[in-house]
Amino acid sequence: MAGVAIENWKETIRDPKIECMSRDEMNALQSERLVKQVKNVYENVEFYRRKMDELGVEPGDIRGIEDIHKLPFTTKEDLRDNYPFGLLAVPKEKIARVQGTSGTTGKLTLASYTQKDVDVWGECVARGLTMAGLNAADRIHVCYGYGLFTGGMGLDLGAQALGAMAIPMSSGNTKRQLMCMEDFGATAFACTPSYALYLAEAAQEAGIVDRLQIKASINGAEPWTDEMRKKIESIFHINSFDIYGLCEITGPGVAMDCIHHKGLHVYEDYFYPEVLNPADQSACADGETGELVFTTLAKEGMPLIRYRTKDLTSIEHDTCECGRTLPRIQKFTGRTDDMKVIRGVNVFPTQVETALLSMGGGVAPHYMLIVDRENNLDVLTVMVEVDEKYFSDEIRKLDALKSKVGAVLKQALGVSVRVKLVEPKTIQRSEGKAKRVIDNRDL
Amino acid sequence: MGASNTIQQLSVFLENREGRLDDVLKVLSENDVNIVALSLADTSDYGMLRMIVSDPQKGRSALKEAGITAMLTDVVALRVPHATGSLSKAMHQIVEGAVNVEYMYAFANGNDAAAVLKSDDPDRVTDILKRSGFDVYTADEAYRANQ
Repeated sequence: MAGVAIENWKETIRDPKIECMSRDEMNALQSERLVKQVKNVYENVEFYRRKMDELGVEPGDIRGIEDIHKLPFTTKEDLRDNYPFGLLAVPKEKIARVQGTSGTTGKLTLASYTQKDVDVWGECVARGLTMAGLNAADRIHVCYGYGLFTGGMGLDLGAQALGAMAIPMSSGNTKRQLMCMEDFGATAFACTPSYALYLAEAAQEAGIVDRLQIKASINGAEPWTDEMRKKIESIFHINSFDIYGLCEITGPGVAMDCIHHKGLHVYEDYFYPEVLNPADQSACADGETGELVFTTLAKEGMPLIRYRTKDLTSIEHDTCECGRTLPRIQKFTGRTDDMKVIRGVNVFPTQVETALLSMGGGVAPHYMLIVDRENNLDVLTVMVEVDEKYFSDEIRKLDALKSKVGAVLKQALGVSVRVKLVEPKTIQRSEGKAKRVIDNRDL
Repeated sequence: MGASNTIQQLSVFLENREGRLDDVLKVLSENDVNIVALSLADTSDYGMLRMIVSDPQKGRSALKEAGITAMLTDVVALRVPHATGSLSKAMHQIVEGAVNVEYMYAFANGNDAAAVLKSDDPDRVTDILKRSGFDVYTADEAYRANQ
């Protein structure tokens, strides 16, 4: 198959009424949903009632989307403090599914969905799959992991909503992935961009690219560049699309880019985006960079009000060449914290510190995280200083220390780690907040 | 420590970086610490430098001051006559005594050779060797070997 050149592309829009709605109509829809949602969380979630009371805001003060700035924020720490089910707006019996992601302290960030939330999630992903030129006749090979991670399940639900065939491969075993892709005649695949590039090169090496029927790929859950996209597209002769989401809000399918690649269209009828100045949380104008904040306008299970993603981006509200009026967020330029996404997994340096402390002894060795991309796959190396406490003249003992650090970190982070022992004082010290991560990936 | 048979080896952790060994040797030389014997073990990302020196304590503090991780390890230095099979006989006694040897290296010392042994129980190794008729260097002899 060949990728479709933009001049030959035929855009299909799954829900033109919503996706091409005028700004006025969209504001009216969002206002109606926000008013209802605020009343809902005030009545059913103690956390929000307390927060709103503290700010002196009553549900009646929120008369439309323009009043959203009066509402309190929600942070990842709030989710942790109310782990696992403290933020539910419905009785636990009504929860149909939970999904999770790694949190800052080793505990999961857990999200709960009612059946309606699951359906909305699938619908949003289906809109994205349609944006990628796919329809009910397509066969979608999902090599995102299935499990608590939202990647596999999200794409699966999207394929289901679209009426397409889902091929639930999950991650790993590249040879088998390619075999199934060829044998089942997959017409699209979904995975992290780094794995997509890895698959592309493996397919090229195996000489099977021409035998595949792939026409599109949906890649997200980690940052990637236009150059990476073009490389994946040129090797597979396909069109590749960027999908964005976070489990707190729903999972993949919060936003997705179209063939014009001018930013990711946010499904703002369900997930209301704000971009705020990190210094004073005032609203940024279109094109200005700030922190992305989401409000789930229609979520039932665990609605979140003004959830701070800590992702830095800018937003545009003009109509896209594809015809959609949905606003577009740009690729992320960074984070307001030091979280790193490694092979689709969120890693916080504080998790490393906690894990190293758990090895006992009271003092964690001085460490530094290095993220590299080798053969298109993210590699996380942890440099650990061997001070007198950890030093031994026996290589056997140092190697045991290395394996132990590796095992403890793998357990804590959910991603495998290369451990490198270094001499004391070789890791740069800084005054104030220590710099714990060096990211060498060219993103 | 004069008549002690337990010798202190100076062990240094060396990252695989250009000039690291040079740095260590320079610190020792500047502090007038003579190296009698050394062994350098390498792994994929670090090296382990083990040395018998004229003054292990002084060597360690000098290195520490220079920010280099070093420690003192108790080892035994066995006198091995230059005769075929003498090391084999000694090792046989140690094995019989059920002591585990972590590593070993040797250096020429006058008419004989010295085999430096790291075990989990240096005192026991010394006992076994002496009882089997082998000679074990005292710390003073080892630190001033070949002088």
